[in-house]
Amino acid sequence: MSTEARAGHFPAVDWNGGAFPYRVGHRKLGMWLFIVSDSLTFSALLIGYAYLRASNNWPTPFPFYPSIVFSSVMTFCLLSSSLTMVFGVSASAKGDKAGARKWILATMFFGAAFVVLHLIEWKHLLDEGLRPFFLPEHWAKVFTLADGTPPTALFGATFFAITGLHMFHVATGLIYLAVVAARVKKLKHEDVEISGLYWHFVDLVWMFVFPLIYVLSVDMHGALGH
Amino acid sequence: MSEGNHEGVHRHPAPTGFIRKYIFSLDHKVIGIQYIVLALAAVLVGMIMSLLMRLNLSWPGTSWPILGTLFPGGAPNGVMNPEFYLSLVTMHGTIMVFFVLTTAPQGGFGNYFLPIQIGAEDMAFPLLNMLSFWVTFVGFIVILSAIFLSGAESTVGPIGGWTGYAPLSALGAIAGPGQGMGMNLWIISIAIFCVGSLLGALNFITTLLNMRTKGMSLMRMPLTCWAWFTTAVLALLSFPVLLGGGILLLLDRLAGTSFFIPGGLYVSGVLSGTNPNFPLHTGGSPVVWQHLFWFFGHPEVYIAILPGMGATSHILATFARKPVFGYRAMVFAIFAIGLLGFFVWGHHMFISGMSPYSAIAFSVLTLSIGVPSAVKTFNWLGTLWGGRIRFTTAMLFALGFVSLFVAGGISGLILGQSSLDLAMHDTYIVTGHFHLVMGVASIFGMFSALYFWFPKMFGRFLNESIGKFHFWITFIGVYAIFIPMHIMGIVGMPRRYSQFTEYEFLKGLHPLVVFVSVAAIITILVQFVFYFNVIWSVFKGAKAPDNPWEATTLEWNTSTPPPHDNFAGVLPVVYHGPYEFAVPGAPNDYVMQTDSGVEVTSGNGHNGHRH
Repeated sequence: MSTEARAGHFPAVDWNGGAFPYRVGHRKLGMWLFIVSDSLTFSALLIGYAYLRASNNWPTPFPFYPSIVFSSVMTFCLLSSSLTMVFGVSASAKGDKAGARKWILATMFFGAAFVVLHLIEWKHLLDEGLRPFFLPEHWAKVFTLADGTPPTALFGATFFAITGLHMFHVATGLIYLAVVAARVKKLKHEDVEISGLYWHFVDLVWMFVFPLIYVLSVDMHGALGH
Repeated sequence: MSEGNHEGVHRHPAPTGFIRKYIFSLDHKVIGIQYIVLALAAVLVGMIMSLLMRLNLSWPGTSWPILGTLFPGGAPNGVMNPEFYLSLVTMHGTIMVFFVLTTAPQGGFGNYFLPIQIGAEDMAFPLLNMLSFWVTFVGFIVILSAIFLSGAESTVGPIGGWTGYAPLSALGAIAGPGQGMGMNLWIISIAIFCVGSLLGALNFITTLLNMRTKGMSLMRMPLTCWAWFTTAVLALLSFPVLLGGGILLLLDRLAGTSFFIPGGLYVSGVLSGTNPNFPLHTGGSPVVWQHLFWFFGHPEVYIAILPGMGATSHILATFARKPVFGYRAMVFAIFAIGLLGFFVWGHHMFISGMSPYSAIAFSVLTLSIGVPSAVKTFNWLGTLWGGRIRFTTAMLFALGFVSLFVAGGISGLILGQSSLDLAMHDTYIVTGHFHLVMGVASIFGMFSALYFWFPKMFGRFLNESIGKFHFWITFIGVYAIFIPMHIMGIVGMPRRYSQFTEYEFLKGLHPLVVFVSVAAIITILVQFVFYFNVIWSVFKGAKAPDNPWEATTLEWNTSTPPPHDNFAGVLPVVYHGPYEFAVPGAPNDYVMQTDSGVEVTSGNGHNGHRH
């Protein structure tokens, strides 16, 4: 077959297959597709949350201090981890593998801090009496409407389900980053970049969870006497 | 050239040991066959369940001694319990939809032929491919285990139907026999299946976008590839939503939450909150489950049928010896169907109490799917028009697909109107409708694909005489089963009831019910002839040459069966569209995609159309 001679005859209306000069690699495309699909899982949970919140008497029990301040610190940790990840990927792009490893370890430090703070917060709420299936008694009393409608126990269900799934993603990401950090000398730059994609995605999910779950649940009127 | 095309990461040497070659294989061809075998096993289970359901519907109260021996709890003295029947409904639906209609068309034929048809050596992620099959296999084992471990002697699984509607599915054992452990196993199986499908979808999309060989532009791909690609996109976007819903449902059952459980429920004589077996639930909404389920469930219908549409287009063109009529329109129709499929889930919920205004929106969007569906149907007819048709078994099944798609789709126009659906939703017309259009049409697409590609896969033909016998009895049989169901539905026969003999207004229908059962028994018996044909032909069928059907696409360029890396080290270069039949001036009546010696001035695919 005179393949090369014939190849020139292709009309330039669209790309003819083969190695597209601008294509992304298999693994990077795969990660993007995973991110698309995973964002739909979170969307399903958040839309279910919105539906249930709109159709119930929803308690707003989080005081500005300590709840929102505390979760803002968590947010700050996660945002910082994204920044360090950017530096890590950038170092890797320049071929500075040792630098990339340091920045990834810094990312893991902030990520781990997020998980630890999150668990402290969970313990605090559990101690206060919040469960996936009922509210603390004093919350139930305070947020009962004038017509006697009690606040819904779904507050705890959505809180633990959504933040739990997110925390699971962060924890998985920590393991992923640990593997990348350990093997960074053997990995291609693109593999480091892909781990960065995942980490930024997890961070981005939190940027939806934080306002929708925390900020929208602030005790604006000081009903709980904070 | 091949180095330039691919990263080389997926290059794996041909394995030698039995386990690496046939069990934990990385080869997309072996994995494709594994999926097909899984589907053939699953369809056998699902089919036997439907046989038992028909026996109970037409001859209620009859004693079937073998049933009494196998399931003493579910069929004491061989007479089926109503709960036993309901669990058959659930398991038949679940096994058929997930483990047959989702595995064979996409995981099976897609896995085997997508890489070959685009000129790739394998899928982009062979390891992920192997994992997606084995994850799916585990899901199948879990759903089978529900037959024996449903937690109730009297059932073979949960009794709530394949849609797992809450609150019945969310309450636990108190909701009825089989709703305890049986329902847990059901959700776990479906969640596992979701993960397997997601891995598969990711792999398909990456492979198709990144690994096409030189000259294989998007508009030169066979329509099968377009269908598998669109199906993969649908799976990627719909399964995660079901996974999310499944997680919440499992939390409702195991963690005591109330996402899908409203307050004040009184179930099996117990009020919510007054009994340790039925803790207090308030505030949840069963409609949320329905939204999440059907946001997945409707695209799932297209996941089942789009590969059949692709195979049908491919096979009609090959045996009509004509280019596919309106290739571009076919591509856009596939995409339009896929896209619209995401905006119509509400038509499954017209009677769930949602706002009539949203029902109108869902109704209009649903009916608009008729447009791309009609484009496809007329283009199939246009492809056949004036062709020199070769009536092989594969061609007959492809023609059967078109027939069933139209016959089943017409009633969709009725059911898609919210006002008519109010009356018909819970009757047999829905059963008849979706079995024709989604169940049997998809299966016909797969039969067609199997008869067509079997020679390439195994190097031997399926027996054509047995095949034609199989086709005609099945084709007449499925119409005899499902068309009468439309009549039953209009009369008002409710679906999911275990028997109808108690209702005065349905007594006149009993002969029709018996007729359907007899037709079903005959049709099911003929499928065993098909199974025999497959097994016999793998070993004893007539030997097939490399291109027995004189077809044009890349899978017919390679040897039969294809070597481990599909093209023996030299990737093909593509010069033509996929369906260059009857090209004026060409030496044969077909021009292979790789045929560089033939000038096709205005061809099928991106060069425009020739008629």
